[in-house]
Amino acid sequence: MTGWLVVTVLLLTAVAAAWTVVMIVRDESPPSDRFFVVLGVLLLVLVVQLVAGLVALATTDRDVDGVTFVAYLLTVVLAPPFGAALALVERSRWGTASLLVALATVAAMEVRLDALWAAAGA
Amino acid sequence: MRELSTGPGRVLVAVYAVFAVAATGRSLVQLGTDAGRAPLAYSLSLLAAVLYLVATTCLLRGGEVARRVALVTVLVEATGVLVVGTLSYLVGDWFPDKTVWSHYGQGYGFLPLVLPFLGLWWLLHPGARAARSAGDEQTSCPPPGT
Repeated sequence: MTGWLVVTVLLLTAVAAAWTVVMIVRDESPPSDRFFVVLGVLLLVLVVQLVAGLVALATTDRDVDGVTFVAYLLTVVLAPPFGAALALVERSRWGTASLLVALATVAAMEVRLDALWAAAGA
Repeated sequence: MRELSTGPGRVLVAVYAVFAVAATGRSLVQLGTDAGRAPLAYSLSLLAAVLYLVATTCLLRGGEVARRVALVTVLVEATGVLVVGTLSYLVGDWFPDKTVWSHYGQGYGFLPLVLPFLGLWWLLHPGARAARSAGDEQTSCPPPGT
C-alpha cells in the first residue's frame, strides 16, 4: 500500500465532503454534474487502489490480515455509488446528507485500510 | 407522500446500511477465522449485524408492520449497546476482542450508541407516522403517482 493513494483518497473525500456540506447549507439538490465528476474521480482512484492493494498484498512479505484487507478494499469502492444513488433518489437536503454519510464511510475505511497495512509492518 | 425511508429516513437508511455491512463483515470474519478466541464477543457481533440488517430492511420497506418491527429492533439495539458497553468496561475479560457494541461503540466513533436513539426518534416522529398511513393506503389502494 502506497501512501500517496491513501493521501489522494482522503484529499478527494475531504473536498467532496466540504462541497456536500455547502450543498446541504444552500439546500441544493440534486448535486450538480460537476460534483459527480469529483465523485467519479474518487471512485476511479478507489478502483486503482483496489488493484494496487491486491497486487501489494500478493507481493508483500508483511503479515497483513488478508481477509479483512481485501474486504475493505472491495467495500470501499461501493460507498460512493451508494451515496450517489441515495442523493439522486432523494432530491432534498436529506439525500445530500446521505452522500455525506457515504463519504464519511470512505474516509473511515481508508484510515482503517492504512492502519491494517501499517499494523502488519515490521 | 412520506415513507419511512424518505427525508431524514434516507440518512438513517444510509447509516444503518453501512453498519449492517460493517457488522456483518466483521462478525463473519471473526467467526470464520478465530471463533474460539472470543465466542461471546463474536456472537454479539453477529447479533448486532442481524439487527442492523433487519432495521435497514424495515426502513426501506415502510408501512406499519415494518415500523413496529423496526421499533422493536431499535429498542433491542439500544439495550444491547448499553449492556455490552457497560459490561465491556466493568468486566473486560469477557470481551478479549472488540465488537461493534463494546465500549459503547468506541471503535465506530460511538455511532452505535447514538444510532438506536436516532432510529427511535425517527420511528416515533410525526413524519414517519404519516408514512404509516401512507404505507397502509398503498397496500389497499395505490395513489395515482406520488
